[in-house]
Amino acid sequence: MTSQMLRVTAVTPLSPLVTRFRFQHPDGAVLPLFSGGAHVVVEMPDAGILRRNAYSLISDPLDGSGYEIAVRRQDQGRGGSRFMHTQVQAGDMLRIGAPVNLFALDLRARKHVLIAGGIGITPFLAQVRQLTRLQLPFELHYCARSRSEAAGLHLLPDLPQIQIHISDEGNRLEPGAVLSRQPLGTHVYICGPEGLIDGVLDAAGRVGWPRGALHAEAFLAPPPGAPFNVRLAKSGVTLTVGPHQSLLEALEQAQIDAPWLCRGGACGQCETTVLSCRGRIEHHDHWLSDAEKSAQTKIMPCVSRFTGEELILDR
Amino acid sequence: MPRTEFSPSIRSRPVYPGLESQGATPALMLADAEGAEALIDLAARDASVLDQAHVIYIPGVDGARLRALGARMYHEAPSYAACLERYRKALADAHMGTQLYLAGTEGLIGQALAEALAAGLPADAIQTEHRGSVARRMQCVHCKGITENVTTDPFVCTHCGLNLFVRDHYSRRLGAFQGVCVDAETPGQIPPAQEITP
Repeated sequence: MTSQMLRVTAVTPLSPLVTRFRFQHPDGAVLPLFSGGAHVVVEMPDAGILRRNAYSLISDPLDGSGYEIAVRRQDQGRGGSRFMHTQVQAGDMLRIGAPVNLFALDLRARKHVLIAGGIGITPFLAQVRQLTRLQLPFELHYCARSRSEAAGLHLLPDLPQIQIHISDEGNRLEPGAVLSRQPLGTHVYICGPEGLIDGVLDAAGRVGWPRGALHAEAFLAPPPGAPFNVRLAKSGVTLTVGPHQSLLEALEQAQIDAPWLCRGGACGQCETTVLSCRGRIEHHDHWLSDAEKSAQTKIMPCVSRFTGEELILDR
Repeated sequence: MPRTEFSPSIRSRPVYPGLESQGATPALMLADAEGAEALIDLAARDASVLDQAHVIYIPGVDGARLRALGARMYHEAPSYAACLERYRKALADAHMGTQLYLAGTEGLIGQALAEALAAGLPADAIQTEHRGSVARRMQCVHCKGITENVTTDPFVCTHCGLNLFVRDHYSRRLGAFQGVCVDAETPGQIPPAQEITP
């Protein structure tokens, strides 16, 4: 089973921009359990376009009675979150993929430090439940611009090891201070905007943290851009990728088989060989190395785009 | 004596890539005998590496030059066993960001590495450099006894007396190579002992 139709059983606003959706099996069957940090891909049939967006599961990993996600409305986005906010109502049926975890806790760690920025709190909502159940030492730092925007506040347990940093209230997170007082064997997990991730990774480097103890998940949506053409050597067709469409979505629309998993440039599943490239690939992924990116011989269709004269892929 | 280059072997055999300064972060440095020279060379490349360093040295050569480098803390001990409590305490008090620099013989590096990993120090915060004697710390697979400072192959187990063949098969948990009975099939036929080479 890679996906199944589930019923939307509750739609709950958590903040002006963030809404929680609960999915349950129409026959009340138990859903596969997961681990904290896992995501599901939600399929959205939106006016002729099939959108597939990945969302972290925020419900209890050991509760198979339903899955819950929290969706932040991105009005500048490509339309997936707007669809969830404006089109989806309790009672609707949506196709939901099986949980996949690309941001799991490293259970060899002696202690876990979770750092969330904004909607990046979502994977940690499930991980906090997992950590408290396993009685593992952890601390959570939750950064938000304002208290009203901090959608996760009501979903977190009242525990002393959970610290809230609100920019409005002048208690911003100091990553260097948090990182320099952690016992040996601590792992750090960061989820949120690129700026927060870079800030924490920089601070970690300055206080001597080894890279292997740092885990980050950027919330990466396929960026829009100018339309471009791509030729597919195996399929023998040429496609045009629209400005608000990803290359992967264009392949899917043309019924061309392309593997995928995270749809966010992290997992490497959709890696595709570039046979010819006269122009520049706009790499947006976290998968390819800098050397691979500059060689322009591989592309991640889920997030990356192209400008130039000709792009031929081995698909 | 320069850094020891070992000939390529099976994957199990540890390699010691050499010390590289991670700058003035908190550091724990442990060396024996000629390992002192690896720390002296490290400090010559980047003196700031000693700013927050706790150095423990088990002499074989005079530690005066190492002491004179002016690490934040410097301690000499007659053996690894003698400094073990101090080393454990330093690991227990350490925070993430601490770098561990190990230099000297394989027996010291292997045991100190196992101790540090057990204390939770991540492997990528540990650097090693081999200097000096290539004598090995061997575990007899038959009686499980450890024989230190083995310089010939085969050798006699100091615990059960079997003649043991020196393998490159290594236990990171024990910090020791595996010694296997060399004349189990043909008792008494023992190949002539040869000096262990890098």
